[in-house]
Amino acid sequence: MRAFVNRNARSVEEAVALAREATLAGRSVAFAAGGSDLLQLMKDHIPSRAEAGEPDVLVNLKGIAGLDRIESAGDGTLRIGGLVTLSALVGNALVRERFTALAEAAETVATPQIRNVGTVAGNVAQRPWCWYFRNGFPCFKAGGDRCFSAGGENQLHAIFGGGPSYIVHPSDLAPALVALGARFRVAGPERERVVSGGDFFVLPRQDALRENVLADADVLIGVDVPAPAAGTRSAYHKVMDREAWTHALASAAVVMVMDGDVCRSASIVLGGVAPIPWRVPEAEALLAGERVTAELAREVGTAAVAGARPLAKNAYKVPLTRRVVERTVLALAARA
Amino acid sequence: MEGRQRNGVAPVGTVPSEEPEAGPGASDLTRRDFLGGSTAALVAAGVAPSVGHDATAPTVVQQAVPAAPRTAIRLTVNGVEHAFEVEDRWTLNEFLRDHLMLTGTKLGCERGECGACTVLVDGSPVYSCSTLAVWMDGKSIRTVEGLERDGRVSALQQAFIEHNAPQCGFCTPGQLMAATALLERNARPTADEVRRALVGNLCRCSNYNAIVEAVLAASGSAASTGGGE
Repeated sequence: MRAFVNRNARSVEEAVALAREATLAGRSVAFAAGGSDLLQLMKDHIPSRAEAGEPDVLVNLKGIAGLDRIESAGDGTLRIGGLVTLSALVGNALVRERFTALAEAAETVATPQIRNVGTVAGNVAQRPWCWYFRNGFPCFKAGGDRCFSAGGENQLHAIFGGGPSYIVHPSDLAPALVALGARFRVAGPERERVVSGGDFFVLPRQDALRENVLADADVLIGVDVPAPAAGTRSAYHKVMDREAWTHALASAAVVMVMDGDVCRSASIVLGGVAPIPWRVPEAEALLAGERVTAELAREVGTAAVAGARPLAKNAYKVPLTRRVVERTVLALAARA
Repeated sequence: MEGRQRNGVAPVGTVPSEEPEAGPGASDLTRRDFLGGSTAALVAAGVAPSVGHDATAPTVVQQAVPAAPRTAIRLTVNGVEHAFEVEDRWTLNEFLRDHLMLTGTKLGCERGECGACTVLVDGSPVYSCSTLAVWMDGKSIRTVEGLERDGRVSALQQAFIEHNAPQCGFCTPGQLMAATALLERNARPTADEVRRALVGNLCRCSNYNAIVEAVLAASGSAASTGGGE
């Protein structure tokens, strides 16, 4: 790796100040949480931020006290610090019981070694794993002027929301968080702000350089997940091209508020198929006020992929996604 | 490069060496010393003539490279405390192998995919290629060199031997560390739990069944873990 300076931040304010100080001195900065993804990008000389170039300064966030906690607020809101590791999330009994989709999503990520260091913030804010981007092609995500997957090897790319870049959002936590109504807490040079799941992630057509609203000196310090309504159950189902240790070909986070065998409301967010966690409101609406039968679940699956626009080599993702949604809805309705 | 210069304060003899010290006779050369020496000879033979023959080559001016930033850290490796000034850019793997000379930990893909570099950081398996030494300040690291006690391999290592778990052996140190962490957390895992705990450790020889058998054979034995810290 190219030489750089590591600066250990002891507080969020210090982290933001160190980043600002370095930027003002004309040096490029990256925030480091777990570091697995960041170091990989650095070894490959791929900028973690296209405009910033390779980092001269790493601001290490791991020493910031309190950001590694999972807490339940008085109103039942789950407050998850940005530095909480995926392993800690998987092992948390409250998360498992009340925010099941989140625990199920976390345990599908990568390997134990990566979950032991990988953080909630880092998983949500990781860069795309498109093979063109990761192999140094000058694509939109790297600050270039085209998407090589559009007319190239696009087996793993987007069937929703693509253009001009066709990356898929790589995070498993992100669909689960959005389905559970999470809000993202962002600290930056200005005051701390809270961003809804719908606003946090940005499509390439809004900003091709970024996958989310985080600006250069912004830190994702945590996520707040509201207390689930009575009767809420949730699940995350991920399909990979092998049994473990890769990203989703297609996944679904499904949250249903049940009243007996009737679904009062549902939220369905897809992963692995769009540049952001992809919500499917038409499919959700079919479930509201209905008894969940095999036939309804099939219709929900069909509605979920109604807007799909596959590329030359990823049409398989359409029936795959349809079945992932159908099966997850049905399994969740049957779950005690 | 001053990379191979050891500047830690670990007392002499506390860093386990994998092979006996090389003596004066050629027959005492270790494999590592031999390979290191012959590589240097090949490089010299390959590079020197081409420089001499190419009269049009521009003179290469050795530019002064600014020293890479360094930071002083303290950490424990296999129970031994070290104070060390590390380059900020060193990975933990680089630090262990090239500076503490603990070459039992391997470097495979160097991109967090294969698991050969797995070590335990405060008891949890971590890819040493994908974290920085400078982030290990205050941490306790265990490597495969730390598994044996009083010159005896751990029960897990013994089970690996008895079940032929290593074929080429390159992934073995990483497999051992991931399995050690599993057995410390769960003394009697099921085969499926073993497979899930080792999912981040690839075996190019594809000897997975024997590895799982070895871990199961060692499970339930307190000595299998090589003790804690």
